[in-house]
Amino acid sequence: MRVLLLVLLGCLAADGAAQERKSGYEFMTPPLRAMQDDDFANPGMFAVQDGEALWKSEGCGACHAAATMKGVAARYPAVKDGRLLNLEQRINACRKAGPWPYESKELLAMTAFIANESRGMPITVSRDAKWLEEGKKLYSRREGQINLSCAQCHDERAGQKLGGSVIPQAHPTGYPIYRLEWQGMGSLQRRLRNCMSGLRAEPYAYGSEELVALEYYLMSRASGMKLETPAVRP
Amino acid sequence: MARTRVQMPTEAKKGELVRIRAIAAHQMETGFRNNERGASIPRDIITAFRCTYNGVEVFRADLFPATAANPLIEFTTLATESGTLRFEWSGDNGFSAADSASITVV
Ligand code: HEC
Ligand code: HEC
Repeated sequence: MRVLLLVLLGCLAADGAAQERKSGYEFMTPPLRAMQDDDFANPGMFAVQDGEALWKSEGCGACHAAATMKGVAARYPAVKDGRLLNLEQRINACRKAGPWPYESKELLAMTAFIANESRGMPITVSRDAKWLEEGKKLYSRREGQINLSCAQCHDERAGQKLGGSVIPQAHPTGYPIYRLEWQGMGSLQRRLRNCMSGLRAEPYAYGSEELVALEYYLMSRASGMKLETPAVRP
Repeated sequence: MARTRVQMPTEAKKGELVRIRAIAAHQMETGFRNNERGASIPRDIITAFRCTYNGVEVFRADLFPATAANPLIEFTTLATESGTLRFEWSGDNGFSAADSASITVV
C-alpha cells in the first residue's frame, strides 16, 4: 500500500512539473489573437490562397483531390521506409519539376494551403521510437555559446520572459506562420533555426535530419492539440 | 500579381456610419535593408490609398516605409446613396490595384 502511494505521489509530482499545454496563441496579446482569428486581417491567408492557386496550376489535383489533404498536416512529419519526412519534403517529393527551395514563396504557400485544410484538427503524428528518441535528445541537449537546451527555455521557463518576449511552450501548432518580426511567412524550420541562432549555435541546415527530428518530437509533444495554420506570431 | 480585398456591408440605412476595411498583399520593402551579400534592397512600397463613393473621394491615405507589410486600412463613411465604392492602391514600381463594391442604401 505504502509503495503504491509513493508511486502515485511520484506520478503526481511528475505531472505537476509539466505545465498545462498551451499553444503559442494563448501567450499572445488580444490584438494579435484577433488578427489570427480574423481571416480578413490574417496576412497568412494570402499564402493559403496562393497555395490553392498553385495546387491548380501545378496539377496536383490530377492524382489526389484537394479534399484528401484534410488531416494530412496533422500527421507530419511521418516515417516512410525508415526515413522521416516533413510536410515540405512530402510536397516536394510529389513535384515533377523538382523541389521548391525551403522558404520559397511557393513552398510556404503550398504548405500553408495544405496545413490550412487541417485547421482545427488535432495533431496525430505516429510514435516512432527511434525518431522520437533522436528529437528528444536534440531538444534536451545544451547548444551554442549560450549553452542552453530547448527544454531549459520551453519546458522549465515557459511563460517567463526573454527580453520583451514571452517564452512559449514551443508547440508547433500553427506552421507555416505569419510572423510580425519577419513581416512574412516562415516554416517551422525557420523558427527553430531562429532559436538556435539566438543560442549562438550553428543552426542545422534546412531539411536536415536534425531539424526534421526536432519537428517530429515537437509535434508528438503537442499530440492532440489543434492545428491553427496560418497562425500569427510576434 | 496584386492582391487586395475589401470588406464592407452590402446594405446600410441612409445616414448610417459604414465600417470599411481594405487590405493589400504587399511586402512594403522599406529600402533600408540589406540582403545577405550586403547590397541594399531597393524600396518597394505602396504609397497611396484612395476610396471614392460614386466618384467622390471620401477617404485617402499616404503610406510610408514604416508601414508594416500587408497594410490593412480601416475607416468609416456615411451611407448617403446607393452606388459603388472604388478602392485604389498605388505605389513604387508601377504598383496599382483596385477593387469596387456596391452598397444599397435604404
Ligand atoms: C533562451 C530561450 C530559448 C531557447 C533556449 C530556445 N527557444 Fe524557442 N523560443 C524562445 C522564445 C522567446 C520564443 C518566442 C519568440 C517570440 O515570441 O517572438 C521561442 C519560440 C519558439 C517556437 C515557436 C512557438 C510558436 O508558438 O509558434 C518554437 C517551436 C521553438 N521556440 C522551439 C525551440 C527549439 C526546438 C529550441 C532548441 C533548438 C528552442 N526553441 C530554444 C526562446 C527560446
Ligand atoms: C502523378 C501523381 C501525383 C501528382 C501529380 C501529385 N501527387 Fe501528391 N501524391 C501522389 C501519391 C501516389 C501519393 C501517396 C504516396 C504514398 O502514399 O506514399 C501522394 C501523396 C501526397 C501527399 C501526402 C499525403 C498523405 O496522406 O500523407 C501530399 C501532401 C501530396 N501528395 C502533395 C502533392 C502536391 C502539393 C502536389 C502538386 C505539387 C502533388 N502532390 C502532386 C501522387 C501525386
